[in-house]
Parts: sequence; C-alpha cells; structure tokens
Amino acid sequence: MKKFMTFGAVAALAMSIVSTTAMAAEGTLTIVTSFPKDLTAVFKTAFENKNPGLTVEVLNKKTSAGIKYLQETAGSNTSDLFWASAPDAFEVLKGDSLLAKYTPMAKGIPDKVGAFPINDPDGYYMGFAASGYGIMWNTRYTKAKKLPVAKNWADLKDPVYHGHVGMSAPSRSGTTHLTVETVIQGLGWDAGWAEWKEIAGNFKTVTERSFGVPDGVNSGQFGYGIVIDFFGLSSMGSGFPVDFVYPEVTTLVPANIGIVKDAPNASAAGEFIEFLLSPEGQELLLDPKIRRLPVNPKTYAKAPAGFPNPFKDKSIGAAVKFDLDLSKNRYNVVNSLFDVMITYRMEDLTAATKAIQEADAAIKGKSNPAAAKLIAEARALVAKVPVDEATAGQADFNKIFKKKRKKATDKVEGRQAEIEQEWDTMVKANYAKAKELAEKAKSML
Amino acid sequence: MSLQISSVQRGPAVVGILIALFLLTFLVVPVGQVIVVAFQDPSTGEATIINFVDFFRNSLFRESFFNSFYVASMSVVIASIISMPLAYFTTRFNFGGTALIQTLGIIPLIMPPFVGAVAMQLLFGSNGSVNLLLDEYFGFTIPFMEGLNGVIFVESIHYFPFILINLSAALSNIDRSMEESAQNLGANGLRLFRRIVFPLAMPGYVAGAALVFIKVFDDLGTPLLLNVNTMLAPQAYLRVSSIGISDPMGYVISVILVGFSLLSLWVSLRALKGKDYATVQKGGGGLMKRDLRSWEKVGCYAVVVLILMLVLSPHFGLLLLSFGTIWSYAVLPDAFTISHYITVFSTATQYITNTLLYAGLAALFDVILATAIAYVVWRTDLVGRKWLDYGATAALAVPGVVIGIGYLRTFHSVDVPLIDQPLASWWVIIVIAMTIRRLPYALRSCVAAIQQVSVMLEEAAENLGATKARTVWRIVIPLMSGGILAGFVTSFATAAVELSATIMLVAKETDAPLAYGIYEFMQSAAGRGPGAALGVIAVLFVGIGTYASHLIIERSNKARESTSIVAEET
Repeated sequence: MKKFMTFGAVAALAMSIVSTTAMAAEGTLTIVTSFPKDLTAVFKTAFENKNPGLTVEVLNKKTSAGIKYLQETAGSNTSDLFWASAPDAFEVLKGDSLLAKYTPMAKGIPDKVGAFPINDPDGYYMGFAASGYGIMWNTRYTKAKKLPVAKNWADLKDPVYHGHVGMSAPSRSGTTHLTVETVIQGLGWDAGWAEWKEIAGNFKTVTERSFGVPDGVNSGQFGYGIVIDFFGLSSMGSGFPVDFVYPEVTTLVPANIGIVKDAPNASAAGEFIEFLLSPEGQELLLDPKIRRLPVNPKTYAKAPAGFPNPFKDKSIGAAVKFDLDLSKNRYNVVNSLFDVMITYRMEDLTAATKAIQEADAAIKGKSNPAAAKLIAEARALVAKVPVDEATAGQADFNKIFKKKRKKATDKVEGRQAEIEQEWDTMVKANYAKAKELAEKAKSML
Repeated sequence: MSLQISSVQRGPAVVGILIALFLLTFLVVPVGQVIVVAFQDPSTGEATIINFVDFFRNSLFRESFFNSFYVASMSVVIASIISMPLAYFTTRFNFGGTALIQTLGIIPLIMPPFVGAVAMQLLFGSNGSVNLLLDEYFGFTIPFMEGLNGVIFVESIHYFPFILINLSAALSNIDRSMEESAQNLGANGLRLFRRIVFPLAMPGYVAGAALVFIKVFDDLGTPLLLNVNTMLAPQAYLRVSSIGISDPMGYVISVILVGFSLLSLWVSLRALKGKDYATVQKGGGGLMKRDLRSWEKVGCYAVVVLILMLVLSPHFGLLLLSFGTIWSYAVLPDAFTISHYITVFSTATQYITNTLLYAGLAALFDVILATAIAYVVWRTDLVGRKWLDYGATAALAVPGVVIGIGYLRTFHSVDVPLIDQPLASWWVIIVIAMTIRRLPYALRSCVAAIQQVSVMLEEAAENLGATKARTVWRIVIPLMSGGILAGFVTSFATAAVELSATIMLVAKETDAPLAYGIYEFMQSAAGRGPGAALGVIAVLFVGIGTYASHLIIERSNKARESTSIVAEET
C-alpha cells in the first residue's frame, strides 16, 4: 500500500504539471464527436499543421452521451463543435436551440446526395460526408456455413440465414433508424414492418451500440450485419475477411458537423468546417481506415478503384424518395415500436419465425390448404403492428414519447409505459399464437 | 459520566457528519436531480407514484425483475463454488505461491470494457475458439454465451474475486485457539471446517456474497455483451440512453435497483445479527497452517490450476487479441505482431498515468471513508449511523450514466476557485465519481474486518490510558489491515476500468483515463488490437499492484507470527 501511495504522489505531481501546461495553451478548439480516433486523429493533425498555435481537443462520446453532455453543459458551454453521423442527433440539438447558424463558403458541393439534402435547410448543421446502409458479411463464416451472399434486404428473410444476422436498434443509433424508416417508406407501413420482422426473425442479436454489428461480423460471432457503409469499408481496409454491398433500397445520409451555440472559439470552429469541406479535407476521407463518401464530387477522381461514387452511380440510394418530414414526425414511435416488437421480444420472435420456417419447409411440394391457411395466419400474426400509420404520424401521439414537456403547463394524454405495455401484451400473445399455429400446421403435414 | 461519553463520541460524530455531507453532495443530490423524473407524472410534472404502478403492471418489467434475481442468486452459488477452494487452500495449508494465486484470483475483476467482451466472444462465443474446436473434433457446440445461463457463467467468473478476497481476509483473521480447542475436543476435517472455521469466517463470506449478489443484480456490462435485454439493468440503461426519447421508466428502474440492493444488504446484515464473530487473540495470525501430504498437494494444485485456467481464460483471450493481427472465425489469430503495443505506447501513455493517478486516489479515499464508516457504524451508537452504510452502498446500484449526468447537472455551474473552471470539467470530478462508485467494495471489506476485531482489545487499550484516537490508530486500524487492504485492492482494480460515469465526465482528452482510451480505440475496426493492448496494460498494472500488496501482507504476517512464537517461548 505504501508503494501505491508514493507512486500516487509522484503521479499526482506529474499530473498537476501536465494539467497546468495544458491550460496555459491558448486557442483551443473543442470538438465533441462520436467518430473514432482513426477519423478524428487524421483531421486533428492536418488542421493543427495548418494552424500553428491552435490545439484541437477531441472529446469522444457516444452520440447519445454527446447530446446529453451538450444539454447539461449548455449553461456555461465549453464545446465548439458537434461532429457526428446521424442528422437526427443534430435535429435534437437544434430543437433545444443548442446549435449556432453557419453558412459555409466552400464551393463545389451539390445540394443533395441521393435524395437527401446535404445541409440543414435552416443552416444549423452541414454535411461533410455521405454514408449509406448496406449488408456486410464475414467471408470465412459464409464459406464455413455454406451460406449464399445476400444482396438485398429481402434476401435476409430466407430461412438459410436463421440465426446468422445482426443489427443495431434504431433507438440506439440514429443511422440505423434511417435504414428502418427507409424500408418502411419504400414498402409502406404494414408491409415495411412485416419485412423487418421477417428479417429480424433471422437475427442472432440486436446489439446495443451500432459498432457492435461490424465488431460481431469481424469476429465471426454472426455472419451478416446490417451496417453503415464505412463500418464495412473500413473493416475491409483493416484487413478483416469481410465484404460489403449496398442493397437496391438504401438511403444515403450525410454525416454532419455543427457549431455549438455560444462556442468559446467560434471563429476556429468555422475554419474547421471550411477545412473539412475544402478539397484537401474531403480527400482525407478516402483514407483506408476512414472510407467515407466525400460530398464533393470532384474528390472521387482520387478514390481507389472500386470505391462507390453516389454522384455517378445513380443506383446507390436512389430507389426511395426519402420523406424527411414523415420520418421526423413519427421518429419516436418508430423507435419505440422496433424495441417493443423486436429488441425486447427477440426470443419470442425468433421462435415464432423458426416454427413458420419449418412449417413452410414441410409444406413445400405438398397440397394441404388447411395447413397453408394456418401458416398464412401465423405469418399475419407475426407481421401485425399495434398502431396504424395515421396514428403513428400524429403529433399528439408522438408527444407521449417526447423527451420533456417544454412548459410546465403542457399536458400530454397517456404515458409511454402504459402504451408500451399494451403493445407488448399484444405482440407477445401474437408471437406465441403464431408459433402454435405454425407448429399445428407442421403436425398436419 | 454522561459528559465523558459524549466527549468520547464527539470525534466520531464529527467524522460521521462529514461523511454524511460528502455522500449527500456527491451521491444523493446529483443522483436525486436525475431520478426525480421517476416520481413525476410524465404528462403533468406533478409528484406521483404512477410510474411505479406502471412498472409492476408491465409484464416485460416483471419478467426482467425475475430474471435479474435468478441470475444474481445463481451467480452467488457458482462464485462460491469457484472461490471457496482457492480461499481455503491458500489460507489453511502451507502452499507454495499463495501470493501469486491470490493475485491471479483478483485479475478476473479487471475486465477492461469492450475488449474484454470481444475476447470472451472470440473464445467462448458460438463461433469462438472453444466451440470451433468442439465442432471440428466432436461435432457439437456448447452455448456458453447464450441467454441467462451465459450471463450467469460470465458473471460468476467475473465477480467471484469479491468472495475470494473477503473470505481469505476473514479466514486469516480467525483466532487459532478456537481451532485448537475444537481439535482438542476431537473435531477435524470437514466437521472442523463446517462447524468452526467457516462460521467464524462468516462475516467475510457474507460481505463477499452480498457484493456479488448486488453487483450482478445491477450489472449492465455482461447482459449487454451477451445481448440479453430482459433484465433490469439493461432495461434501465437502454431507456436512459436512447436518442431523443427519454422514458421515465429508465429512472424508475434505477430507483428499484437501488431499493432492492439496499434490501439485500439489509438481509445480509440480518443474517449476521445476534452473533459475535470477534476473536480476542490476534497474535496467532490466523489459522494454523499445515503441510500437505504429497498426493494431497497434487490434488490441491490440480483444483487450483483448473479453476485459475477457467477464470483467467478471458484474459488469455485478451492477450492473444493484443498480439494478434486479424482474428476472425478462427481458433487463433492469423499472425502475431507487437505493433499494437507500439501504437499504444506512442499515442496513449497519458491514459495509463491518468488511470494510475485517478484509481489510486479513488481507492485511497475509499479505504479512508470505509474505515471511518465501519468504525462509526460498529463502534458508536450515534443516531442514524446505519444510514451511512446504506447510503454508501446504494452507490452500487446507481448506473454510472446516471451519476455522470447528475454530476454534469449539479456541478457544471459550480466553479472551482483558483483554477477558474467548472467542477464538472475538472479532472478531480472523475476521481470523485470513481470514489463514490467503488466505495461499496471497500466498505464491505472494512465492515467485515471490524466485525472480527473484539471490542475488548480497544477497551484494554483505553484502560491503559490510550486516547480514543490513539486506540483507533494503534489498535483498530492495524487489526483491520487485512480488510482495508482487500478493500483498497478491489476499489483500485475496478476503478481502473470504470467507464460509464467517466465517459460522461471527460472534458479534455489529456484528462482521460484508460477505459476512455479503450473505448476510443474500440470505435473502429482497426482499433481492436491497440484497445486490447491497452486492456492488457491495465490488467498488468493492477496485477503488479495486487501482488505487491499480498507480499506485504505475507511478510507482515510472518513477522507477527515469529514475534508471537518468541513471546510464547519466553
């Protein structure tokens, strides 16, 4: 113990020296970000080299923790920039008026990537790179288990993939939310959810953080992951035996940056944004450990062979016209529904799906209308969504899930817990019943 | 007379009030600011308990509650099975490498965030090394990491050191004369253990078992790692940390976790009530150690080695990960390299020094606070003294993210004089968060230690004219030293890998501890190796510290033993 104490004392002394020098340094730019060090370090070094005398302080926090951090410290804000993927995280901050307006001067950046506007129309945050969702798979895994390549979301519904797929929950990761919403908008409310549940019936897991998916595929914990492109591309760049493909239905979304309101070093923050959007900054995105799609179309001239180019290859992210307002209006309801129906009831859902898949296999080539009817019923029960599209989009209904009441006089009817309990009861009963029906059908064959 | 008592009590009373203020400022108020939502009607903001009614009405929550309870109970059972042989063999027999075994026994407690999980999956996951081998040679696999049983498996090998450390400390505190009397009366072997040795070590065992139970009940990391969502802690976490939605249920669950943890602590204290575990004689230095016959020795070593191999396998996986290039769907990494360590030493050394400083300070504060609380609770009759114990232990059940948010909310507007920056962004706040979060560990060890010290020894000292302060300093603390050291080690080891509160509180990269560094690396595919290397370094530092402290104990025990033998001879 004595050893510890003397060591601690020495370390304390060393630390106090370190922290005083760090404080004495002038011109600090503090960036709160959810991006990995592989990305931030490249830009930090490049920007510091361009601006001697300026120190870039990078604070790495999960997107949700970053939002909470900015909300809680708003009273005496010490952060200059918020730098993260999901546009909806910026929407939350904008809604709390925690962002400052900025108009970038950089030239040569189009208005849209795919169907998505690159910059916030109100000017509170701007996109600097584009990303789309896709399917990534571990080639060793698929070879060992003799699984075919899945090229589209619908492929993942196939029974061969049962227990081999992983995804993150939309309530944990804003970009996952956009994928869920894209498929729902593409197919319609009921068919979209049915599609998701059929895919989710093959899930091995719903991971708690979005990086958990590429991590699981890289390790071979599961074979296929529904991931944002740079996770797939950078895993390949780091040498993992994985591959990545964009399905036909995907949305390209900009990853963004915005200046925090009352930023202590707002001028440096503006310069950083300009640097990010400059040809030099855009080119840094092509680094094999970063691999994000630049928003400046000219930068693609310098990209390695086979690098996807959304400005040229119109098939990426063009199949769905993404309705941002629709997505915004029902944002919380979609997240909560996904959690209640899929994340929290994973076991029930996969069990019901397995039973249906087995009954399907048994009926193949046979004609048994009674059994076929039971299977169809079971499928319909699994697909059932507790709320219809109109209700899900209602402003009043969404308020129940909202973070906080704006004023003390605001009143909301109903409680989230109450509603989720209703949904849960229905969903659980449906899954159990579906399993029973499918098993009955199988026994008839 | 009465005046005298109150003057004697004055010192402890002041100490008690100071501790209460500390807990109030850094635990109750910040946490209260966050979880007040649990008691507010979500639609009107009025005070209500409707959220708790919702909790018990919700079948998902009831199921989660039951699952958490089941997992925590089973983990205590498995952890006891793992730790009892280790504790008993090393304290009861003359056994080579006791300090080494005791050190290796604490390592499982230091599971660095994220990388530890990856290493476990690569070894025991459904496509991990073990299952790949089983599948290849025997054509079947074992679902180690699936469902609730997977959680029990991982939790037991992660948290059993709590029992090991506290039970060992208690066993080596037992008065040898008790054992000798029993032997003179004809008891030996298992009967001696069951009727005399184990009951006397009960405070240590209960302290450890209570920690395991509460910790597993509240643990978040393991269920999340195994993606088991139907347990209470992950339900709370998922609801507190989702983007945009903020569900009061997350905070309701936090309140219920705190309440249930306190209840289990109270039950564990009840279990010890009405019995006296203190023994007067301390000179003998614990149980009589006997030599083993050679075949017995082989058997004991076999058991110990087997257990250690099982519980250290995650760290073995971590080591492989830190030296491996690409490790994917394979029994072993494709090739080995030291480049990850080079990356760490060229970019991340400040994380290591920061962690040693923060965890060292936090553990030091923890044992000081814990010793003081243990003394106030067990040696005085101040009103409400038990609440110090309950209050400090409640920290165990508060999710780190709640403490983090609470600190930001409470201390961001408090400027520290002289350095002129908010308390919430000063590095000291990280130390305080670690102190609060790890205090329960130190506290249980110290409470168990003081229960084994007979009050008669203090009375004797006071009769000989020693003041209260001198008695505490010269008699109580030295006799508690084993427990204090056990508390220091557990607090230090677990503070070194604390993530959930610190990640909210890090305001400058230069102030960040090691766990944050691992988190940062583990955000990208290329960072897995360096993250694992950083994890191995954390484990090494804690291991070396623990080994050193065990050597110190052993040496001081030996010194004491020889003086007592001399005393007996003269």
